[in-house]
Amino acid sequence: MEPIIKYLLHLADCPLILGQRLGEWCGHGPVLEQDIALTNISLDLIGQSRLIYQHVASLPGQNTDEDTLAMLRYEHEYFNFLLVEQPNKNFGHTIVRQFLYDAFNLLQYELLASHPDEVLKSIAIKTLKEIKYHYRYSSEWMLRLGDGTVTSHEYVQNAVDELWKYTGEMFQPLSYETALLADHDAIDVKSIQPGWDEKISTIFQQAGLNIPKEEVFLSGGKEGKHTENMGYILTELQYMQRTYPSMKW
Amino acid sequence: MVNSKDVVTVGEQPAHITRKKIASILEKVHDPEIPGVSVVDLGMVLDIRPENNHWHIDLAVTYSGCPAIDVIPFLAKAILAEEGFADATIEMVISPPWSTDWISEAGNQKLLAWGIAPPNRKSVKHDFGQPKQCPQCGSTETSLISSYGSTPCKAMYRCDNCHETFDYFKCY
Repeated sequence: MEPIIKYLLHLADCPLILGQRLGEWCGHGPVLEQDIALTNISLDLIGQSRLIYQHVASLPGQNTDEDTLAMLRYEHEYFNFLLVEQPNKNFGHTIVRQFLYDAFNLLQYELLASHPDEVLKSIAIKTLKEIKYHYRYSSEWMLRLGDGTVTSHEYVQNAVDELWKYTGEMFQPLSYETALLADHDAIDVKSIQPGWDEKISTIFQQAGLNIPKEEVFLSGGKEGKHTENMGYILTELQYMQRTYPSMKW
Repeated sequence: MVNSKDVVTVGEQPAHITRKKIASILEKVHDPEIPGVSVVDLGMVLDIRPENNHWHIDLAVTYSGCPAIDVIPFLAKAILAEEGFADATIEMVISPPWSTDWISEAGNQKLLAWGIAPPNRKSVKHDFGQPKQCPQCGSTETSLISSYGSTPCKAMYRCDNCHETFDYFKCY
């Protein structure tokens, strides 16, 4: 597979899988307002992934369509971060996962907004408006929960301690990204780590949360090697398309 | 010196006449989530142009994941077909990115009449602004309940005067 296709699928798969995870909250939110907030963010994310799948399908020689890309690939053909496939567990856990991702995604899309590919650039400029809002939502909840009650603080600190090991992968470029760096067809993920660190430490400090000391990170999602969770997600995500083939979303 | 130009025609009508007609038909295409507000009011109609002897319409995508992305062109095609433009094509475009700044004054008034506080650029404290006033009683004292509402484009507010909850159409 060409590096640019792998890269675009990676960009699309992260919001698709996170959107699917957030969608699981539908009807189960802690309060109605947050139930619909999480599912509205899910809609945005799935919409963003769809725009990128449509773009991939339109590229020469692809011979596929958005539905096939989103719904019919096998597990090892999805290139999303391990972080986004982690289970929801509780509201605090979901917010931490969202915040760690949103802070990265915001910085990533600020760079993609000047991508040489006009289509990807347009997608980035458009969706950046939504991504800024997601970041705003998750960072506010980090403060409210981290600096809230003893219990809420404990929930989010536990989630941070558990999810931290999945954050390193976001800043480790794979061969398909480094191959694209010379022509600026991929962003340099290493370059956004200082900005991410700063966002995280600012919010964590205000929320009274500790940044874990561990330096050992798990990776593999970006090359299709997933945690056990991924199979369960795809079983649900792909159920309709495999049971009733050729549906359009 | 003025060069005389041929009038562009599509079918039997001059294009500039038909274009106006199509624009007025599109006023009947309403957002399914916000009845009473048309795609014209929302500033979604970017271009109406003749292409190979049929009409092509560019509509702006509002939110990336808005379910109306598929419903609106479906509705528009049906309404255009009723009015004799069965072969019109509709394309949903993401560039230039849609903005709530494009909602017309009439559109803002319709939102207000529907109980939705329109986007308020003038009070930008945050990038999505905050409602100028409660659509029920007109009070300027309002509080945010949730940054998302029944659709991604709205946030939920409460009026501190009449205590009614209401939707605010966020700046985008």
